[in-house]
Amino acid sequence: MRGYLPDYRLGSAKKLEEAFNFLENGARPFAGGTDIMVLMDSGILPPGEYFDILNLKELRGIKLRKDEVHLGALSTYSEIRDHQLIQKHFPILVQSAREVGAIAIQNRGTLGGNIANASPAADFPPGLLVYDAKINLLSSQGIRNLDYNNFHLGYKKSELQPNELIHSIILKPHFLKYRHFWRKVGSRQAQAISKTMIAAVAKVNKKKIEDIKIAYGSVAPTAVRCSHVEFFLLGKTLNSKIISEAKNILVKDIQPIDDIRSTGKYRLVASQNVLEEFLCGIG
Amino acid sequence: MKKIKLTINGKLFSVNSNPFSRLLDVLRDELKLTGTKEGCGEGECGACSVIMEGKLVNSCLVPILQAEGKKILTVEGLAKKSLTPLQKNFMKCGGAQCGICTPGMLMAAHAIQLKKKKPSKKEIREGLGGNLCRCTGYSQIIESIQATRSKA
Amino acid sequence: MTWVGKSALRKEGEKKLRGEAKYIDDITFPKMIFGITVRSPIARGILKQIEYLPGVDWDSIIKVTAKDIPGENYVALIEKDQPYLAEEKINHAEEPILLLAHADKNLLEKARKLVKFHIQPLPTVYTLEESLKQKEIVWGSNNILKTYAIDRGNVEAAFKTAHSVIEGTYSTGAQEQLYIEPNGVIAIANEKDGVTVWGSMQCPYYVHKALVPLFGLPPNKIRVVQTETGGGFGGKEEYPSVISGHAALLAWKSKLPVKMIYDRMEDMVATTKRHPSKTHIRTAFDKNHKLLALDIDFTIDGGAYATLSSVVLSRGTLHASGPYFSPNIKIRSRAVATNSPPHGAFRGFGAPQSLFAIERHMEFCAKTLKLDPIKLRKANLVKQGETLGCGQIVKEKIKLASVLDHALQASDYNKKRKIFAKNNKNNPIKKGIGIAVFMHGAGFTGSGETFLASIAAVKATPEGKIQVLTSNTEIGQGTNTVFSQMAADALGIDFSDIEVAQPDTSFVPNSGPTVASRTTMIVGKLVELAAKDLKQKLIAAQLLKENYSRQEFVAACKKYLKDVGDLKGMSQYKAPPNVIWDDKKYQGDAYGTYAWATYIAETSTDTRTFETKVDKFWAFQEVGKVINPNLARGQIIGGVAQGIGYALYEDIIWKDGRMANNKMSNYIMPTTLDIPDIEVKFMELPYSYGGGGSKGIGELPLDGPAPAILNAMENAIGIEINQIPVTPERLMALMESNPL
Repeated sequence: MRGYLPDYRLGSAKKLEEAFNFLENGARPFAGGTDIMVLMDSGILPPGEYFDILNLKELRGIKLRKDEVHLGALSTYSEIRDHQLIQKHFPILVQSAREVGAIAIQNRGTLGGNIANASPAADFPPGLLVYDAKINLLSSQGIRNLDYNNFHLGYKKSELQPNELIHSIILKPHFLKYRHFWRKVGSRQAQAISKTMIAAVAKVNKKKIEDIKIAYGSVAPTAVRCSHVEFFLLGKTLNSKIISEAKNILVKDIQPIDDIRSTGKYRLVASQNVLEEFLCGIG
Repeated sequence: MKKIKLTINGKLFSVNSNPFSRLLDVLRDELKLTGTKEGCGEGECGACSVIMEGKLVNSCLVPILQAEGKKILTVEGLAKKSLTPLQKNFMKCGGAQCGICTPGMLMAAHAIQLKKKKPSKKEIREGLGGNLCRCTGYSQIIESIQATRSKA
Repeated sequence: MTWVGKSALRKEGEKKLRGEAKYIDDITFPKMIFGITVRSPIARGILKQIEYLPGVDWDSIIKVTAKDIPGENYVALIEKDQPYLAEEKINHAEEPILLLAHADKNLLEKARKLVKFHIQPLPTVYTLEESLKQKEIVWGSNNILKTYAIDRGNVEAAFKTAHSVIEGTYSTGAQEQLYIEPNGVIAIANEKDGVTVWGSMQCPYYVHKALVPLFGLPPNKIRVVQTETGGGFGGKEEYPSVISGHAALLAWKSKLPVKMIYDRMEDMVATTKRHPSKTHIRTAFDKNHKLLALDIDFTIDGGAYATLSSVVLSRGTLHASGPYFSPNIKIRSRAVATNSPPHGAFRGFGAPQSLFAIERHMEFCAKTLKLDPIKLRKANLVKQGETLGCGQIVKEKIKLASVLDHALQASDYNKKRKIFAKNNKNNPIKKGIGIAVFMHGAGFTGSGETFLASIAAVKATPEGKIQVLTSNTEIGQGTNTVFSQMAADALGIDFSDIEVAQPDTSFVPNSGPTVASRTTMIVGKLVELAAKDLKQKLIAAQLLKENYSRQEFVAACKKYLKDVGDLKGMSQYKAPPNVIWDDKKYQGDAYGTYAWATYIAETSTDTRTFETKVDKFWAFQEVGKVINPNLARGQIIGGVAQGIGYALYEDIIWKDGRMANNKMSNYIMPTTLDIPDIEVKFMELPYSYGGGGSKGIGELPLDGPAPAILNAMENAIGIEINQIPVTPERLMALMESNPL
């Protein structure tokens, strides 16, 4: 354990007002700990004040409200994975949850933590992007609602203000007639940080694409929607030439890099191939 | 430092710890429950697995503050005078070699059985996906767990 | 009731399952403080100054540098080149320079970050290719740690008359042992009492031997005790001498017990790895596809110091020609130095490297000669009475052809090759099935066991138990259990009557290290003989007749203890007759016996993501008598799993001579979802000089998986892959330059 404990303080917010106070004093929220404690063990967690938010019931729960599914920011991977509503309407999120780490991580890691940590390889963002998620940010001023597509601004930069907590994700259960696709390419079958990750939904009528949304993780500073590929495919009838062209256009939407886990070249080719796998599957 | 109360293997404990201390270190260093092991410090090997409020967690990733008031089961809480059926099957089927991953494996196996009385081989493999073993190649661990389900 | 051949329950199993087994980090001593190592950030240079930056109370922290060493600053093993603490020359990244101790372990982590080493960099050598070029000399006069040469017949003449000549080059990467329990020790040391070290280790007497010159104390003032060890695989063969010396130096200076436990990041970046290798093979065949000549050039990267490289090289060299007969052989091998942390023992110890090469090469030869790979192998398998590469005439019966046939049948090899070929055509996931045929020599090479002159003992305890006394350690492989089985049978008593003493150099004899697949075979035999020696004493004292019951035996022991005194039996190693080894020519009977094996891998390669998975595996081998079927099966499956990691997943990313991916999240070891069902079958031809008739099997399973898997992948996708690990990135690059 390389983190020097006297350099850190961990408080606990039992109520929202306490949480806002902590935030005002510059303390950082601590949810499931599956990211923060790894940094602490490596000795690279920024020292200072943190506060536990697991007691904030306002941030919990997965429920259907009118025609919207609300996922509290403190929903764990396990809760998302096992929830009937999510299994029925948002299977990509179920698969994302199942392939994170393993059971012990899934029991502790949270949706809000995954979004806030903002790793380019984060598991939920691609699915949230293709499901047109909205995100609620909570401060003492109330709730601010944004399109999730506009939440991530760049590498580890987001719309989240220092005085805000992620409150919830809103999804509309409009994808029952869509085909859903998810594939995470990692280094092994469990506990793998992804090298590339595709989430995609499409509404297809006899090989003609009526609607399509495609997002990738791990191949850009943030998860990204493939606006160029989507624009190209919308309204087209799938055949091998179209699919091949879509693969080529993908380079405009992603910027895979070399790092300790993989190479930019591999990520690009694998990303193109899983796009092809998806399109062949729906065509 | 904070006074934190928690229940471990049915017994109430009170510790005085830095709230950021890892549950793993409180178990091992303060409470002398050394059955739970550290293999990696980053939630990857599962040697530190315990059951908290009925769910499998990596104790190296849980700050003691978040274990306050919780019920925890560690390997020491499994056997009474005699070994549990699961532990007996680990003996019979060769599920433990060097033994360092074994406490975590028992916790993960316990968690699998809490969810399902008769898990399939695939479900067992998935349930153990977060527990690394370098000695066994996993087969005899899976067989130990499979042998136990028929008793349920 | 006999015990050998039965799956007796693991002797120390119950306490492991209860979580009561005490590994070194579970143990604390009164007044114990903690130690930490501060290491070089760069791979080569001259240390100019150690600077202590502000931020901690440096006066409260014990510091040890090379100047504090009471004896001599070298780690005794084979050569005297490795210092315990670098004085001026730095030869590898993470080289230990400074030791710190304090009661607050957490504070030490902070202090470690506040030490600044001023090092003047020197040019570095990071690969074995660079080392061979000899442009920069980093060890000795020419970077060469050791060489071997084997010649038999006339290779060049054979190449001239050959019907076909086929060449290939094969490379293997470094591999981390990744025992789940990191290295750790506790030391107590002072001039009056001497030095005692407890810790996780395979070879207490190796540590003992290293501590003697470090402290300049007589051997009886050094005591080493092995505690419950959470995996070794060779990674705790020689390395514990280093960490033990470090903890002991801190204990010597602080006059307090010092515990030193590496965390995972330190253990991975600083300790030994499997030697990377490069092999070039040239083979000549006659028109009937029989081997005429084998010309093998084998190089391994030893890292910055010699450590055990000469022995790894030896084993690799002696296994380089595989299980094949060739009338003409030329082998040139060398271990070279680089500025990596020293490489060391890892299960297989050179053989996985050289056997990978020959088995990939035979597959390549079959392809080139347009011959079935099984037919080519069968035509050239060594037969009883023929010589292996090292010149050893195989005197024992060999069941290898039978093992091969059984494996082929069980795996449905021939049928699957046809089915896969058909189904692969229109499938992005390509399946393949591949084979490896190999052998592994057990025990120390040549005169090694004679040189070790191992001693084992047994003694009767007042409670009427028989205690086995050896320095061989239980590290998960089952030492305690198989020794108990063999001793029980030798004495005709019960498994529960036998205890195995904790390996403590203050009272166990030196039965040699727990390495080289020797423990069950060589030391087990010594345990049997020691037990028989004890029994003879009882018979000679007329306390026991030739036939007796278990109760009579126990009673006889107790009476002997009461009336005569200590009751002990002992035995010292004697080489089997007719084992002749020429160390100068490096030829002759290299090993007392071999285990013979055929492994078959069935793989799926996804050509979209270039990921390969092993779907099924067959591990068939002839291993002498199986002492404990459950434990033996566990050894094979565990070894195969490590071999699968070696072939596909375990890649070390080297940056400036340092392992950059030194975490379990980025050094990829297989999980339960990556390892398939592995079918294990044993054939038994008892080896009369092995304990219970056994042959060593600990390392055998590391030799087969990598070549079998790559042979399967080549079968599936039709391109040659000659480097491991075959990560998806590497496979993609290969497939790009060789389109399907």
